[in-house]
Amino acid sequence: MAEQELREFDVTDEQRELRAALHRFAERQHDEATLRRLVDTTDGFDRALWARLGTELGALSLAVPEDLGGAGGTCVDQAVAAEELGAALVTGPLLGTVALAVPALVAAPAGDGRDALLAALADGSRTAALVARLTTPYDGASAAGVTADGDRLTGTVEHVPDAGAADVLVVAAAGPEGPVLAVVDPGADGVRVQRCGSFDVTRPVGRVVLDGVTGTVLATGADADGALRHAFRTAGALLAAEQAGIARRLLDLTVAYAKERLQFGRPIGSFQAVKHRCADMLVAVEQARTAALHAAWAVDDPRVDDADLAVSIAQATCSETAYRVAADAVQLHGGIGFTWEHVAHLYYKRAVADAALLGSAEAHRERIAVLVLDTLGDDVREPRVATG
Amino acid sequence: MSSPTTTRPASDAARVAQAAREVVEAHDPLSVPREELFGALYDAGLAWVHHPEGLGGLGLSRGLQPVVDQIVTDAGGERMFAVNPIGYGMGAPTVVEYGPDRDQVGAWLRPMATGEEIWCQLFSEPGAGSDVAGLATSAVRDGDEWVVNGQKVWTTLAHVARWGMLVARTDPEQPKHRGLTYFVIDMTQPGVDVRPLRQMTGQAEFNEVHLHDARVLDAHRLGEVGAGWKVAITTLMNERTAIGGVTGRRGSGVIGEALGLWRAHPDRHTPVLRDRLAALWTRAETHRLTLARARRTASAGQPGPEGSVSKLVGAELNQDVYEFCMDLLGPDALLYDDWTMDRGRVHTDPNSTVQQRFLRSRANTIEGGTSEVMRNILGERVLGLPGEPRSDSDRPWKEVPRG
Repeated sequence: MAEQELREFDVTDEQRELRAALHRFAERQHDEATLRRLVDTTDGFDRALWARLGTELGALSLAVPEDLGGAGGTCVDQAVAAEELGAALVTGPLLGTVALAVPALVAAPAGDGRDALLAALADGSRTAALVARLTTPYDGASAAGVTADGDRLTGTVEHVPDAGAADVLVVAAAGPEGPVLAVVDPGADGVRVQRCGSFDVTRPVGRVVLDGVTGTVLATGADADGALRHAFRTAGALLAAEQAGIARRLLDLTVAYAKERLQFGRPIGSFQAVKHRCADMLVAVEQARTAALHAAWAVDDPRVDDADLAVSIAQATCSETAYRVAADAVQLHGGIGFTWEHVAHLYYKRAVADAALLGSAEAHRERIAVLVLDTLGDDVREPRVATG
Repeated sequence: MSSPTTTRPASDAARVAQAAREVVEAHDPLSVPREELFGALYDAGLAWVHHPEGLGGLGLSRGLQPVVDQIVTDAGGERMFAVNPIGYGMGAPTVVEYGPDRDQVGAWLRPMATGEEIWCQLFSEPGAGSDVAGLATSAVRDGDEWVVNGQKVWTTLAHVARWGMLVARTDPEQPKHRGLTYFVIDMTQPGVDVRPLRQMTGQAEFNEVHLHDARVLDAHRLGEVGAGWKVAITTLMNERTAIGGVTGRRGSGVIGEALGLWRAHPDRHTPVLRDRLAALWTRAETHRLTLARARRTASAGQPGPEGSVSKLVGAELNQDVYEFCMDLLGPDALLYDDWTMDRGRVHTDPNSTVQQRFLRSRANTIEGGTSEVMRNILGERVLGLPGEPRSDSDRPWKEVPRG
């Protein structure tokens, strides 16, 4: 293949339009009142709105190939969408369906079952969850939460995002000959999906119990491993982008408040104690956006960087940033920031939950330490952007 | 959606790279004097690619300069910035924007680019640090010249400088920002007394400059009389860009030193130190990538807030990394007794010790604007938060309390 120029961090016109369209959608169709109403419903989201996200806005199918009804986009395109949807705290099974199940299916071997399922997930007519151990970084072995004996699946997996609302369960299992990726109907005999009370009220998690259930096997061995690895990497990059979006929105809200809230006869934003904290939030937000975008670029193109390293940099950075900025936003809003009626706590809880999913900041720092510090030479590849 | 790897048509970057390679081939950095190589780069418009043609540039995006720097350093040459940092990074943009006429500006720029004429920056004073506009050094008009009296401090490279960028008070009756005028002063004349200023490392990297009836030509004034603050802002914004804007390779620079130290002392590894270093490495890498992103997205021309962000982050990161290095050395960090006063060495000297660099890093959050002032700038100019109440804005400078 001819050497192609890498333009990391260039933003395309299409990405700008996508961001603007999603911003308008969130403002008009998914305002705070809507969000509060939806989190009290059984599913936690609005299926009609979800379908519009798929068909009208194309936000669910960005990474699905065009011949399967998708937009054939990149992980960077998805990261742009994830940042904007995160900024508005849009509810619905985005993490389960778009960030986890779709990438797993895209990277799995083609087949009628897989292709039809991808098309249905892309247009929003169905939703999915990836049933795997999603609280640690992917290492090839620990992700499988259930065992597979042929196509019969048995085991219990905790903390599965969006499990309760999923029309389809994509299951990572450990078989006698290595990993297995299978699809299970949540309504089948022997399947129990228990909705758990969730710390993050905008994104439910569930417990999935499979008791000798028959699944449709999509991939085994190296194929299944590759699909799961791609799913974890993509989801890691997109979750980081969502965290960056949350942090950015909280900074905007806080700055606006600091300009209008008067104490001691002047806006609180004129006090250095407040101003400096806002400046630190700004710095953190910019670094988080960088790290998230870099991870998405590395997922798209192996020449950019080692994808696992880039995702760990992003997750370690963005988890801490979203968490810290959310705490600062509550603090700088003063008493109102601690109330149920203010939106800050919804973001704060999402930030806390996001930091626990796909590996904590500490877990990702551990992976960075293994990749960077425990090697003898300087064999951690130089990202191509550095010379740009 | 377009692919991120789309091939672009032959770009300005390719043109610049081609020109730089030609200069480097004709003037091998390893065999010709530095002045010859840098002079050839200036004449080819590669010293500052964003400058106008004929003034060391090609009228292209500032973001393309790293293409040149990379080719020069890959061939074994020095970075032009490193040879004459104050002149190259801060003097050049200021004289190009406010210089008296093209001939004079060109006469300053070429020896600045080659390193034959070092520049220094006469801003800070004992009574005016972060509050630069409060400065007291006076310039009084005398025909075609001005007579300068006062004292400057923290003047890097003043002991070898040919030219100084001087901000002086020309009207004490005006509020402080309006009574200033900006000059380029000859540092080799009588009445300019440069004295070493010893710092906590034991070295004398900076100077005090005492000005006693020193003279400066009115023809060497930048901008209008009384408009010196506006000119100074150009220098100051570029100072932040210059201090914080250097992007090295992954794992290079200060974090690279820490990694080297870590690998050299396996007996001192602990899980706690390993976690600290992993966190520092992640911060350094994110900072490095953010600089690259800012460079990609910045429009050509004036430096933006990225300079202030990067200056703030880089300064605090440096301190944290050197604190880590000292902790890694443990009690051995105490074994140090070389407090020789040395004017020649700077903290980037490869022979300097971890202890010296650790001490030197304390200055990072002070020099070029304290971190407190940087946070004010980010809060007010980037986020649009209201300014501090202040008592000096509308009062004549001579009535404002100082000290």
